[in-house]
Amino acid sequence: MILTNIETVPGKRIARHLGLVQGSTIRAKHVGRDFAASLKNIVGGELKGYTELLQESRAEATQRMVAQAEKLGANAVVNVRFTTSSVAQGASEILAYGTAVLVVEAG
Amino acid sequence: MSLSTEVILSLGIPIGLIVLGRVAGKRIERKHYESIAERERAFAAKPAFSARDAMLVRPIADARLATGSVVVSVDHFKRFIAGFRMLVGGELGSYAPLIERARREAVLRMKESEPRADAYINTRLETSTISNASQNEGTGTIEVLAYATAVRFEPLQNGRLPGS
Repeated sequence: MILTNIETVPGKRIARHLGLVQGSTIRAKHVGRDFAASLKNIVGGELKGYTELLQESRAEATQRMVAQAEKLGANAVVNVRFTTSSVAQGASEILAYGTAVLVVEAG
Repeated sequence: MSLSTEVILSLGIPIGLIVLGRVAGKRIERKHYESIAERERAFAAKPAFSARDAMLVRPIADARLATGSVVVSVDHFKRFIAGFRMLVGGELGSYAPLIERARREAVLRMKESEPRADAYINTRLETSTISNASQNEGTGTIEVLAYATAVRFEPLQNGRLPGS
């Protein structure tokens, strides 16, 4: 599965558009990470626990989007976008969406 | 507990945290900037463009999505200074380096996630506030996500563009 965030896949031709695909996940932080983060908050800088948490979530959302695209028979997702929104205190939703397409070798 | 111990505790802890934030925060910031500068030099030949089609004259062999993200938090000293600033309004200068660091770090991680690419096109930066239960809502904790399409060029044939 090829993912790009531009309208095309360079070097390939889009044979068919298969529509919008999306994947999302809502994650809550756990207490241990929250505690570590509150200590780190004193001196500032990167909160590695949160970085990892959000990276895992984004990978999960992307995976779900890809699974949906595979079901449609796509071999690429173009114009991929990511958004994050907080749905509740301490929980955020991560959404990945894009257009599933079937690409063939150009020429 | 005597009055003086109470005063020392109630004033001492916040002041201690502010001083700790100032000293350690400054150090962390300086080290982070050094690390950013060094890694940016390593990737200087592989630019990230915000344009979709960044006037690339060479044909592209391969394209894939690259992402990089970082969550950063402001230190206690800066939070304290910002508290004063918010009384009078205006620019919160003390927060600017934090956000700049986060953006540069996110772009670097994006590049590092696809180190074999020649360029990164259609780069997008997203900033979101992380709410924190132990503090007030989203007190200076942000996530920056950078993503782009990492492209690799067709190799040159005898130093010429293919087909030319």
